[in-house]
Amino acid sequence: MDFRATWTCPGPDGLTDEHAVAFDRGRQRRVLIVPALFEEQNRTRRLLVETMRRLDAAGIDSFLPDLPGCNESPQDLARQSLHSWRQAMADAARQLGANAVLAVRGGALVLPAHLPGQVLEPVAGATLLRQLLRARVLAAREAGDHASIDALLDQGRERGLVLAGYRLAPAMIAGLESALPAHEGQRTILLAELGGGAAPWSRAEPGESAQQSTALARIVAA
Amino acid sequence: MISGGAMRVNAVASDETDDRLRAILRDVLGLSAETVAGFDAGTALFGALPELDSMAVAGLLTEIEDRFGIVIDDDEIDGEVLETYGALLAFTAARVG
Repeated sequence: MDFRATWTCPGPDGLTDEHAVAFDRGRQRRVLIVPALFEEQNRTRRLLVETMRRLDAAGIDSFLPDLPGCNESPQDLARQSLHSWRQAMADAARQLGANAVLAVRGGALVLPAHLPGQVLEPVAGATLLRQLLRARVLAAREAGDHASIDALLDQGRERGLVLAGYRLAPAMIAGLESALPAHEGQRTILLAELGGGAAPWSRAEPGESAQQSTALARIVAA
Repeated sequence: MISGGAMRVNAVASDETDDRLRAILRDVLGLSAETVAGFDAGTALFGALPELDSMAVAGLLTEIEDRFGIVIDDDEIDGEVLETYGALLAFTAARVG
């Protein structure tokens, strides 16, 4: 097993190969993990990969695809929108043969809603956007520039914005402003069910909890 | 929550608000329980803690809003609010009511 899988989704120059972390032994249960968005994607990656190891040990295959424009993806983030990510996750689910889904935080905005499964602490797009805008405004104030969130948002809607190092298209900004978690019938998992401890997605410094991965894997495997 | 040894900042907030704010700093910044228990009103934060960059501050404010059920107006945030633990606690306590 080589821990990775390739899937394709439409890019600007036709179909593009995308990467997924994969624990694939051709077993019956196959879970697509839709990652959290932006900085939260990095902060939760260790939690998710450790959860995948435990699912593997429990006899369940799992896949953690890149969102196009993030991680190993050859695509340009500035051309992505929540719509393109939703389409990409549907493509990944189909090509990887997933029959269940686990969406994490903002992943719930783009999950393939037809698959049964779980969503971990789903979050509205506006909440994620506000946090990114806040960081930008605070950094600007530190530099003596009094930017306002409203002015930045206007600029983002028209021309796009770089937030926390992520270049977001106007379509992405608009999508985040209004998108709500789209889970329907998937079970909502709360942080408290993972046995306590800090939320990995809100940690500014890296950290991991074996307890949280074990608890998450147990809920997904149940 | 924070162990009993926390240095209290009773002048501006209840012990409960104080404990919850220390727990948020611990969780968001990945600080040890001992470190946050050692904070007093004059402990410097923004600019003094390497963990506390602008993205971390944004996360910290969001977490304070979530855990205390309050809304923080971004125009109220300036360098002074985040300068010391005492200032951040007073700011939070004033909004928790």
